[in-house]
Amino acid sequence: MPGRRHVIKGTGLLVSVALTFLGLLLVTFLIGRVVPIDPVIAVVGDRVSADTYARVRQELGLDLPLWQQFLRYVGDVLQGDFGTSVLTSRPVLEDILRVFPATLELATAAVIVGVLLGIPAGVMAAVHQGRWPDHAIRVIGLIGHSIPVFWLGLMALLVFYARLDLAPGPGRVDVFYEGLVDPVTGVITVDALLAGETDVFWNALHHLMLPASILGLYSVAYIARMTRSFMLDQLRQEYITTARVKGMSEARVIWRHALGNIAVPLTTVVALSYASLLEGSVLTETVFAWPGLGLYITNSLLSADMNAVLGGTLVVGAVFIGLNLLSDLLYRLLDPRAR
Amino acid sequence: MMQTTEGGLRAWLTAETPQSRGQARLGRVYLGWLAFSRNRLAMIGLGIVLLLVLMAALAPLLAPYDPYRQDLSQRLLPPSAAHWLGTDAFGRDILSRILYGSRLTLMIVALVAVTAPVAGLLIGTVAGYLGGWADAALMRVTDIFLAFPKLILALAFVSALGPGIENAIIAIAITSWPPYARIARAETITIRKSDFISAVRLQGASTPRIILGHVVPLCSSSLIVRVTLDMAGIILTAAGLGFLGLGAQPPAPEWGAMIATGRQYVLEQWWVATMPGIAIFVVSLGFNLLGDGLRDVLDPKGK
Repeated sequence: MPGRRHVIKGTGLLVSVALTFLGLLLVTFLIGRVVPIDPVIAVVGDRVSADTYARVRQELGLDLPLWQQFLRYVGDVLQGDFGTSVLTSRPVLEDILRVFPATLELATAAVIVGVLLGIPAGVMAAVHQGRWPDHAIRVIGLIGHSIPVFWLGLMALLVFYARLDLAPGPGRVDVFYEGLVDPVTGVITVDALLAGETDVFWNALHHLMLPASILGLYSVAYIARMTRSFMLDQLRQEYITTARVKGMSEARVIWRHALGNIAVPLTTVVALSYASLLEGSVLTETVFAWPGLGLYITNSLLSADMNAVLGGTLVVGAVFIGLNLLSDLLYRLLDPRAR
Repeated sequence: MMQTTEGGLRAWLTAETPQSRGQARLGRVYLGWLAFSRNRLAMIGLGIVLLLVLMAALAPLLAPYDPYRQDLSQRLLPPSAAHWLGTDAFGRDILSRILYGSRLTLMIVALVAVTAPVAGLLIGTVAGYLGGWADAALMRVTDIFLAFPKLILALAFVSALGPGIENAIIAIAITSWPPYARIARAETITIRKSDFISAVRLQGASTPRIILGHVVPLCSSSLIVRVTLDMAGIILTAAGLGFLGLGAQPPAPEWGAMIATGRQYVLEQWWVATMPGIAIFVVSLGFNLLGDGLRDVLDPKGK
């Protein structure tokens, strides 16, 4: 009964994801509780009578036992209530929905950079294993892993913006174009195309290039390394020898046969590197004044806006879990052997 | 004493039949060193790391100026013979600050590298050795921590604990132990059923003794590799926290915080932000090269 086994496997996966998510909530909840800021004073200020203080404390549920507070917190979050941001005085979820498309745009562009550079580099390294292209790509990968992303961003602004004038400055579009297109999806490049504003589209793309390349460099190293090791496994197989013996061109052997066979594990690698880009976006967004989730979290941090920080952390964690699950599912779906 | 007369130390170290446990151990280390020292990149990495340690130890002797002394008449000077790497917005000598900053970097790396792997090692070996419920519970906790992006979790912890270098170290340590626990657990599972563990158990050794005395040492070498490879990441995370204003606080000469203060001058006085960045880059490259070389020596499975 393969069908039933599937169901059991599927529920097991769901339970594990649900438990992980619950753990995520517990961590953010506990972080929120150890904060030295008194949430009551954050709401009413420190010049109120003891009565008001006690009333607000009760309203916020802070007099309940910790486990009841946690249940309340889980209930609130599941209903999309992340509390109100002190900084913007709007609901945190609303803020996050507003800034998230910017991060999505940046991370997607970065992943495209990572795939376009990383996969060919990994294939080259595998084909020339042990010779100079392999070593060069390995060293470049190590260098990429050693550069602080925020510093590289600053240097890129210094060189390409200030000195060479090849790239635009920080931000998503020039001030001149700001607010010209209505946010439909929130992704400016898409919105501009939908509105038929090609000028805005090119300007937004121009602005996207530098931060996306900087962020993308980090996934290039990872994707290249994984591609290399997958390719090495394939190139050792007999079907490759068979293909060569049949007289197939080397390019076809490598790019069609070998690469075709590693497409499935590569998809999961790309999904995972997408998740890690969310992390890199915190620093990149700060440097390029990119109004995304990363910048939102850091700005809230600096003004001790805990609801916003924890809400942002929760969303990033949830997306992270989601992408991990997605890469797992993709693997099972696409690879006939894993079914 | 035949060995010493016939080939000296080298022959003694490479002897086919070592006479004592100590000789066998030293011999293994020597062979490892031979393999390691053939790797030119790894040697460069080792050199950089040793240089960092020297810099940190000798900072007061090497630094030409006081890293904290402000002199507003000397502010934002470009690199020159008097100030090799220029001065910052308060007229402080950047070279001196970078030299002193190496102490902070080394302290952060050392503290995290001592605490996180030990915690991970204990959790992983206990989970792997005991199995069952303990394993399931501990690994669930580990998975939850792994489900968070490290930097974001560290940010959330720092926001709860308050900015500062000590809290940054705690936050980084809290977020770095899960991979170590996973590695240690995987290694423990492969050795817990082996004959020598059964023999020790039959001799009446207690569970803590088996874990600490027999399981932990065998898990250490793969962990050391991983820790060395992670050190660059620790440096980058600490610098990132410093850059965001959540790590070391001014006027501490922490490299990430130095970049943050140089940021507003980057288009004109480029050296203020550039120089500490180069320091971070060189040091984390050193740790990466070292870890890469160590992996080749200590972990033959990894190719």
